Amino acid sequence: MSDRIDVRKTYKLVIKGAFVRSESGRSYEVTDATGAFWANVAQASRKDLREAVVAARAAQSPWWAASAYNRGQVIYRLAEMAEARRGELAEHVAAAEGVPTAKAAASVARGIDRIVWYAGWTDKVAQVFGGANPVAGPFFNFSLPVPSGVVGVIAPEDSSFEGFVDAVLAPIATGNAVVALASATRPTPALLLGEMSATSDLPGGVMNVLSGDRDELAPVLCAHEDVDGVDLEGAGDAVGALAELAAGSIKRVLRPPTTGASELRKLRAFIETSTVWHTIGQ
Amino acid sequence: MVQVTTTPLRSGASAVRFATRGSGPRIESEVELRSVLASLSGVDAVGADARAAKLATRSIKRSSKMAALDLAISMVDLTTLEGADTPGRVASLCAKAARPDPSDHGVPSVAAVCVYPDLVATAKRALGDAPVAVAAVATAFPSGRASLAVKLADVAEACLAGADEIDMVIDRGAFLAGRLGQVFDEIVAVKAACGPAYLKVILETGELVTYDNVRRASWLAMLAGADFIKTSTGKVPVAATPPVALVMLEAARDFAESTGTAVGVKLAGGIRSAKDAIRYLVLVNETAGSAWLSPERFRFGASSLLNDLLMQRLKQQRGAYVRPDEFSGD
Repeated sequence: MSDRIDVRKTYKLVIKGAFVRSESGRSYEVTDATGAFWANVAQASRKDLREAVVAARAAQSPWWAASAYNRGQVIYRLAEMAEARRGELAEHVAAAEGVPTAKAAASVARGIDRIVWYAGWTDKVAQVFGGANPVAGPFFNFSLPVPSGVVGVIAPEDSSFEGFVDAVLAPIATGNAVVALASATRPTPALLLGEMSATSDLPGGVMNVLSGDRDELAPVLCAHEDVDGVDLEGAGDAVGALAELAAGSIKRVLRPPTTGASELRKLRAFIETSTVWHTIGQ
Repeated sequence: MVQVTTTPLRSGASAVRFATRGSGPRIESEVELRSVLASLSGVDAVGADARAAKLATRSIKRSSKMAALDLAISMVDLTTLEGADTPGRVASLCAKAARPDPSDHGVPSVAAVCVYPDLVATAKRALGDAPVAVAAVATAFPSGRASLAVKLADVAEACLAGADEIDMVIDRGAFLAGRLGQVFDEIVAVKAACGPAYLKVILETGELVTYDNVRRASWLAMLAGADFIKTSTGKVPVAATPPVALVMLEAARDFAESTGTAVGVKLAGGIRSAKDAIRYLVLVNETAGSAWLSPERFRFGASSLLNDLLMQRLKQQRGAYVRPDEFSGD
């Protein structure tokens, strides 16, 4: 019997729920932590990014229009999908981050637990971040948290899965749609999570994942006027320059955390407050 | 069967900014019409698809892109053809047509607004002396299923209200059934009813089935005196496609070569992105030649396209992608 031929995989971008090569046709090689070949990955272009923003914009309203309970169910299902592929994720995290398998498995487990945690948050955001305000008149006055809209995420460069989960799921849980730049050197765990999103009922376009050159993509994402906020956690030295680009269209900017930062800062980051007045009585 | 024997000569002033056309060739009878159309070679469908697809890959560099975007804006027939059209909606459309980007005086006006005949007067009033023509779809648009008398009355009413251009539909049923003389006669009669107004003949290529039919219908319309041949009403699922545009542009080019009369081409339906529009401009330049790269010879019938053109124009200037809601909805 002859040896079976390898089924090799090129990791695709996740745009609008589809797994696509870059429109530019480019791809690049990703190595593991030892420098050995690990995978071929699509290299997104600025046009791919633009398509992803269009997809996110279209997906955001229906995602926010779904009930908070339903959004929680969908995100929980993402955790179910990830749980079933824990081994594969751990293998990728171990290779990407150069950590022992047991350590990688623990990191993946924490990441999946975080997904469940965010699933639980969807119907609690309004209670925790919203409120009923006392006013001097015969009115109820409510502060309601509503999503910013389309959020660009520059995911952490080093934490390929756990960090990505936090950066992406927090805005999604609060009703935003996300265009995420995965770690450039360690993109495969993020792209795998993107694959899982397609089988979790997450509407196409809510989670878009792009891999590629950050110097090329991040400025375009931050300057894009139809993006309402950016998380710059993985931007490294470029944080200042990118924040300046984001200021051009008055985006919300979440800078990398300082030590002792609140666990809720990512949840709170891409929320706007809508104030509603309602008369008391008949 | 053919009662009208000649294409009427174009005379007098024409709409807004169009040069007077010379006389077309004379078709004396249906037999002659058939023999002219039969003499046209068939379209190599695979070749047309391949050529159109190949030209779509041409890359346009930044400096040319800006010029192409402005040119495309100046070629737009800004269209609203809904049952729910109101005078207010038409008025806001006209404001947008005259000054597509109110924040930038450098943006050219569009070529025309395209409305139903009953809204022509509203559009004329709203446009005032802006350099934008008013086009009316007439002749029982979009199906064309009415008697000739009704169609002519439709045209006359639109012209009376001040339409500068008439977009007529051909009787596709008659064309497909082989009653070519009837189609020809109708175009000639409508042309006569148009008076000085410019006549665009809608072939509804999505219903003509083959590229050969598109080529024949294009020639038939041009022989009958069309000033423009137009792909579609926008009311059937298949509208303008690159290969169909290629076939029609070839027909316009060949007609100009053999008769000396230049006929314009208008694409309508389904063109929504600036990228597509620029691809069509490449197709025009490479097929009919640069003489067709002007609003007198080439148009886009569209509504949402204009916003994308404006967005891409602003993107070129600002260097960042722009919010779609920067511009008013049509």
